[in-house]
Amino acid sequence: MSLARLSAAKVIYPGRGAALGPFDLSIEPREAVALVGPSGCGKSTALRLLAGLETPTRGMVDLIVGKGETSVVFQSPTLAPWLSTEANVALPLILAGVRHSEARARAGAALERVGLDEARSARPAQLSGGMAMRVALARALVTQPRLLLLDEPFAALDEITRRRLADDLLSIWAETGAAMVFVTHNVEEAIYVAGRVVVMTPGPGRFAGEIRVEASSPRSEGFRLTPEFRVAVEATSKRLSQAMAA
Amino acid sequence: MTRILAPWVLIIAILAVWEVGTMLGHVPAYLLPAPTDILTAFVQNLPLLAASGWRTLEMSLEALAVACVFAGLLALSVSLNRTVDRAVRPIAVALQVTPIVAIAPLFVIWMGVDHPERAVVALAAIVAFFPVFSGAARGLASADPDLERLFDLYGAGRLQRLARLQLPSAVPFIVEGAKVASGLAIIGAVVAEWVAGGGGAQGLAWRILEAGNQLQTAKMFAAILALALMAAAVHLAFVWLERRALVWWRGR
Repeated sequence: MSLARLSAAKVIYPGRGAALGPFDLSIEPREAVALVGPSGCGKSTALRLLAGLETPTRGMVDLIVGKGETSVVFQSPTLAPWLSTEANVALPLILAGVRHSEARARAGAALERVGLDEARSARPAQLSGGMAMRVALARALVTQPRLLLLDEPFAALDEITRRRLADDLLSIWAETGAAMVFVTHNVEEAIYVAGRVVVMTPGPGRFAGEIRVEASSPRSEGFRLTPEFRVAVEATSKRLSQAMAA
Repeated sequence: MTRILAPWVLIIAILAVWEVGTMLGHVPAYLLPAPTDILTAFVQNLPLLAASGWRTLEMSLEALAVACVFAGLLALSVSLNRTVDRAVRPIAVALQVTPIVAIAPLFVIWMGVDHPERAVVALAAIVAFFPVFSGAARGLASADPDLERLFDLYGAGRLQRLARLQLPSAVPFIVEGAKVASGLAIIGAVVAEWVAGGGGAQGLAWRILEAGNQLQTAKMFAAILALALMAAAVHLAFVWLERRALVWWRGR
């Protein structure tokens, strides 16, 4: 049984026209799906539908996961500048009514998992871009979500940092058993993190094809050098340019 | 170095031309006193000027406090309810664009002719009200949209959203508004003293009026100098406070 499903979901913004669809997508437990498409195709809109933050103008969204079981990571870390790192990570728990002492302890554990336990009293302004994104990741993990949604999370980071974060994300994903949907416009990144890459047409985005990435996990830098990786990148790029031309 | 020197060189040049000009041109002292005469008047009247300056400062800061309380409460209700927002905005704008001098006599009547200081505080508070109100209202509506989405996702309630998102997001805007308002409060107090001064409201503007009526022009200039020094000190204090507040807010 899938965790979340979009069925012919179409989103039209008043005054701005159609942003998405009709688009079909189904997310199974524990899988890692990458959404790839040209900018403006509605990737982020699809993600917000899966998060329950928006409702489709037409079509259906079935969310089997509860509201507290979904976490979102945005392109910018979106941390509250007036809160310490630890308080930022604890925020979802505090809002859910968890006791402060327990929330702090769980936030500390989540920070430890992303390798930032010594920065727990730092403020976001004192963190590098990569560290801030790790904090955002810790905040997404602290509620132990079953569905982890990431909207171009590493797009603003340099290449080395984004590769390191992709590795950390993969090991966290494998540990937690959450399903993850990863929106990106970077084909190689999509292949690296996902078991299934869904290609979208230019906006309003529709399903343009799907590439399965058969590779053992855990993946590491060596995976980028394998023939499977190259084949998948070429297949995805080809599907993407076909979608753009159509 | 030139950045620090340039204004001082200009100031000294102007003062020198002024001093020599009044000396050689035989300008009567009631028309334009020499800078040295002004300095003498300033030193001689220092206790009175300091006391009057303190009075003006006191009334300005009281007005600022009153304005902050009312503007804050109004901004809060405006941010909680769109209908209140629509209802309040035109009145707030009308209040802002009405010249303070025009409504000053009304306040003198309302506050009682025996209490001019109340009229001064009320009038200065009206002048200081708008920047605090618009800053707070804008700040309360300016939370990061992605953070708003996260609060949606985590099912935050109305009060949680206000206390943990909107109010903290508004802090830099409120501080900025208070800084602008501090300068306006002094201007408002001086203008109001002009109209309503006397009795318990004998501040620097009153000293200027008094000296002017007696044609003691050097004393007028001395009071203006005291006023400028006080306003500059208040401005610098609020710039410093704003910087401290922002350091506290974002941790650096």
